[in-house]
Amino acid sequence: MSVTANTPSVSAAATMPIGTPRHHIAIFAGLLVLLLIAPFVLYPVFIMKILCFALFASALNLLLGFGGLLSFGHAAFFGSASYVTAHAAKVWGLTPEVAILLGTIAAAFLGLIIGALAIRRQGIYFAMVTLAFAQMVFFFALQAPFTGGEDGIQAVPRGSLFGMISLANDTTLYFVVLAIVFGGLLAIYRIIHSPFGQVLKAIRDNEPRSISLGYKVNRYKLAVFVMSATLAGLAGSTKALVFQLASLTDVYWTMSGEVVLMTLLGGMGTIFGPLVGAAVIVTMQNYFASFGAWVTVLQGTIFVVSVMLFREGIIGVLSRWIRKPL
Amino acid sequence: MSSPDIILSARKLTKRFSGFTAVNGVDLDVERGTIHALIGPNGAGKTTCFNLLTKFLQPSAGNISFNGRDITGLAPAAIARLGVVRSFQISAVFPRMSVLENVRIALQRRRGDSFDFWRNQKVLNAYDEEARERVEEVGLTEFIGETAGELSYGRKRALEIATTLALEPEMLLLDEPMAGMAQEDVSRISALIRRIAAKRTILMVEHNLSVVADLSDKITVLARGEVLAEGPYEAVSKDPRVIEAYIGAGHG
Repeated sequence: MSVTANTPSVSAAATMPIGTPRHHIAIFAGLLVLLLIAPFVLYPVFIMKILCFALFASALNLLLGFGGLLSFGHAAFFGSASYVTAHAAKVWGLTPEVAILLGTIAAAFLGLIIGALAIRRQGIYFAMVTLAFAQMVFFFALQAPFTGGEDGIQAVPRGSLFGMISLANDTTLYFVVLAIVFGGLLAIYRIIHSPFGQVLKAIRDNEPRSISLGYKVNRYKLAVFVMSATLAGLAGSTKALVFQLASLTDVYWTMSGEVVLMTLLGGMGTIFGPLVGAAVIVTMQNYFASFGAWVTVLQGTIFVVSVMLFREGIIGVLSRWIRKPL
Repeated sequence: MSSPDIILSARKLTKRFSGFTAVNGVDLDVERGTIHALIGPNGAGKTTCFNLLTKFLQPSAGNISFNGRDITGLAPAAIARLGVVRSFQISAVFPRMSVLENVRIALQRRRGDSFDFWRNQKVLNAYDEEARERVEEVGLTEFIGETAGELSYGRKRALEIATTLALEPEMLLLDEPMAGMAQEDVSRISALIRRIAAKRTILMVEHNLSVVADLSDKITVLARGEVLAEGPYEAVSKDPRVIEAYIGAGHG
């Protein structure tokens, strides 16, 4: 009897060559140039929205695409951070960088609690536990006195960066947001390409084998969960300042679903997929807003088509074509 | 009476699943530097026994010791850190990583835990040369850059052995290393196992009796969760109880 491998072919995106590939540096540089020009061509608030969601989706992708853990409750981190930042800026009158920092820390702390409980389960049960916790956070946000209930926290002051640079101007704020998001994306890139990231990929690929090599997999899973929650929180905090609003939408389960959709559409387990996914979805929501509820139908259709035709996502397919990890 | 040098030993090892005793009071002594095989008809409890020894299952009763130290209460990752590394029935590679990365992930264990998420993975390049040597040892050099998931079955098993050896384990537990393997691969892996056994202790579960006869110093036969016979192949294969258990269970 002859034996042949019957493993499905794996996208080139999944195999990371050793060292930093040149084309990644080139893409990051090109992206930065485009984003530096963008606010003078397009509406800055629109691009800032894309940037926030790009960071949010990349944070989820760190957990899903590289840790192999599907969280269906990431809105909890995004939304909580958004509330904390809004509250800190509006009620406590703190400067934006401190407000963002507090929101991010809150998300990290929440990630530690939810993560510690969720990683005890695997697969769909893990997803369900994260969803359940996210719903608890949602009801807390609905009932708690300082979240403003159905109204949310509105008219959040953008304040002055370090108490010196006013962020009231959209373009000024844009460059701050760009710095935050780009920094976040580079941090994720580094995490993926660190010794920690290597172990993470090994656990994603084969958990029992990683254990048999002596890795304490639960600690790695918890670590990546907290990192992902923290970065999702950073995105949520930044978003609260951009829109001067923290609302129930940010913690609702549809937000968790949307960010999963962005990641899958762009290509999970790729570096640049979540950015593309976020750009596509946010653009659709913005430009097709006049279709009302039909946007949701359109989103659903795109999702079905992408799952049926290109399961690896836009960047996943592209990466296979050019035979380079993206 | 000179007592043999026992590296791994189990006493009264028992595992009950709801209402069913898969392993019942098994005593096992593996002598240092030998190849010890665990055989038995289907359902004899070999794999359960194996999972108990590596702590992937928690025993219902009994204890296990390694180098004289009680390891019954340890977690599987801790057992691996002590130097007892197992393989799996289904080839256990990291399918989306390259052949080199597969071996390197084992070498990386020497750094201790790798929680340094802020550091560039270039620090791991320090292990590349050794990883290449390990890959060459099992004859996979021409596939070193390939994604492990795309290798043939036999090559995946060879890669798995290279990865296991990279940990420099004192003891290897191989779960059916030849399962589903083509004949030419069987002889290649057999030769590899014999080569690595020179410096190590091996306990393996194997169905292929010619491999067992060829490789092992000592055989323990399990049937219905209990030890039926033990000894060198010549003695065990002539034991009427063993013959009966095999024929009775439908084996030729």
